[in-house]
Amino acid sequence: MHNDEHDWVIESKGSLFDLKLNEVWAYRDLLVLLVRRDFVSFYKQTILGPLWFFIQPLFTTVIFTFIFGNLAGISTDGLPKPLFYMAGITAWNYFADCLNKTSTVFRDNAGIFGKVYFPRLIVPLSIVASNLIRFGVQMILFLILLGFYYFSGAKFHPTSIIILFPFIVILMALLGLGAGMIISAMTTKYRDLTFLVGFGVQLLMYATTVIYPLSTALDKYPKYAWIIEYNPMTPIIETFRYGFLGEGSFSWGSLGYVTFVTLVLLTFGILIFNKVERNFVDTV
Amino acid sequence: MSVAIKVENLSKAYHLGQIGTGTISNDLARWYANIRGTEDPFLKVGETNVRDSIGTSNIVWSLKDINFEIQQGEAVGIIGRNGAGKSTLLKILSKITAPTTGKISGRGRIASLLEVGTGFHPELSGRENIFLNGAILGMRKKEIQHKLQEIIDFSGIERYIDTPVKRYSSGMYVRLAFAVAAYLESEILIVDEVLAVGDAEFQKKCLGKMNEVSKGEGRTVLFVSHNMSAIQKLCKKAILLENGHITFNGQTDKAIEKYIKITKASKSIYEIPIPLTIDEIHAYAHQLRIEDLNGELLKEIPVGLPWQIVVEFIVNKPTSHFIIAIGINNSLETNVRTSWSEEQYMQAGRYTAIFQQNDLILATDTYYVTVGLSSYERSIQYLENIATFTVSDALYSGLDKTIIRTTGTGIILNPMRIKILRN
Repeated sequence: MHNDEHDWVIESKGSLFDLKLNEVWAYRDLLVLLVRRDFVSFYKQTILGPLWFFIQPLFTTVIFTFIFGNLAGISTDGLPKPLFYMAGITAWNYFADCLNKTSTVFRDNAGIFGKVYFPRLIVPLSIVASNLIRFGVQMILFLILLGFYYFSGAKFHPTSIIILFPFIVILMALLGLGAGMIISAMTTKYRDLTFLVGFGVQLLMYATTVIYPLSTALDKYPKYAWIIEYNPMTPIIETFRYGFLGEGSFSWGSLGYVTFVTLVLLTFGILIFNKVERNFVDTV
Repeated sequence: MSVAIKVENLSKAYHLGQIGTGTISNDLARWYANIRGTEDPFLKVGETNVRDSIGTSNIVWSLKDINFEIQQGEAVGIIGRNGAGKSTLLKILSKITAPTTGKISGRGRIASLLEVGTGFHPELSGRENIFLNGAILGMRKKEIQHKLQEIIDFSGIERYIDTPVKRYSSGMYVRLAFAVAAYLESEILIVDEVLAVGDAEFQKKCLGKMNEVSKGEGRTVLFVSHNMSAIQKLCKKAILLENGHITFNGQTDKAIEKYIKITKASKSIYEIPIPLTIDEIHAYAHQLRIEDLNGELLKEIPVGLPWQIVVEFIVNKPTSHFIIAIGINNSLETNVRTSWSEEQYMQAGRYTAIFQQNDLILATDTYYVTVGLSSYERSIQYLENIATFTVSDALYSGLDKTIIRTTGTGIILNPMRIKILRN
């Protein structure tokens, strides 16, 4: 064996584009275990257990139906109100959870990251995956509600766009992941962003078509509706509704736009995350 | 034999101070220098990490131009005072933080144990945590499954293995955590002080396991510890770090000899750097001396000899509720005592504070002195570990004759009032 032989190198600057995906693959068991940990620890020592996954969207739907549907009388494009809101809430929650949790990755895991090395990308990926389980459970609730309304003869009809559902889920996951990673990378130095994200995500929901259809927004505020139209989450939720309920503004163009935005954010997110993870321990 | 780890010109700079406003403008300047391809403007003014003097820049080199090689199968100890750069070196080797300059190359899988039980989740059972912790340390699930029984046996807590770890005693927690780590399969093992935990019996078990790992299995081990006897037992070679530089690299016994020399103080007058904010500060200390009660400087204090610490300080502006205090820590960083002057109003001027020690008999050790000046219990100046003094193993002639030994006998040697009664 020659003296100069080596199979790893640690240097001050790594390549920006070296995503170490082979390392991520080598640590895939950790990813699974982290998802399991999140899932199990969520309901340990609770009486209702995994039922808690249902309770939040259910109550939010009831409250939205009363306040926005009945009290404020905002249109739901003729769809049954609970169905309309739950479609929006289920999709929005998944995106918001991915974004919120990913944006604090470095801070939440500073303890572990400061003591042991593993590809840091594992943690945001595990967040997206464990939220996917939660999303899946909430989708079951949505489908039960859908079935209930279907058999009681409510007026809606799923369209063929429903086959885009898996694609939309991936888009939401990657969008939340990309934006979250950008924010997480920046919060290692500037904590200010943490405060911004906290209520920013809440406010963003109102700029997304969760509690109103896009058609109403275009109708009432033709001048400002572009903010809502260009919000990448709007086409996702509109497509989701159009697929399952047959109402909503679906177009291939806007879906293409979201895909583009998602890919840009994701690429940028991974690059900046990759750069920050090398030294964040010194600043966090 | 081939090289397992090769470290070349390794340096690591840290920024002191807080991150706040102003950080962004510095960051932009650094970024601009970077794209022009020039040197980082804030790194030029760096200095070594000497804790007991206040520097002029807020960049400190925690490690500077480190070079060494470790052969495959060697067990090497890394020793040095706190702040010498040991932890930084381990963190870089473990890929937790990147070096500022330099390069490390090596062969074989690295596993590092800077802490035991990283990532343990309190709600999960011991068994579940073995898998989680093992995966965090880089083991595959299959590997863990394969060794599960051995790990449980080594930990000695089989009965509680399906109980959530939050119900564990701290001892059980550490046992389980070390057990996972002990069965890591890697060519290079990096260990930081983890032996300082657990009870004596378990520590012995851990040391035995480490010995087995390095001698029996021929793995490369890097071991950081303050426990010199553990280093002596495990490592044939040792590296001594001082203020971010390697000052010795070779035989363990010689390294330890050198280490003991540097930890002993040889100074008895300490000039304290004048603070940069001299115009704003109400008062500051500028000199500290260690003397006997006649004012003769003491390089080493014989056990039992009365001595005093003299602090020269200047009061710039009249200050009310002024207190000057000293704290004394021993070499294990245990706080031995703290003493405050009586609160009083001070006119501007030059002062001398004398702290006399004539009733307490300190054991042979190196002690660190911290000085604090305050007003209304708010700190004006705080000088941590600004001076050291050594209580030597020489005995003062007036020492109580019942004191038989002065090392390994605790911190305070003052005899108790002892009566032996015949019944």
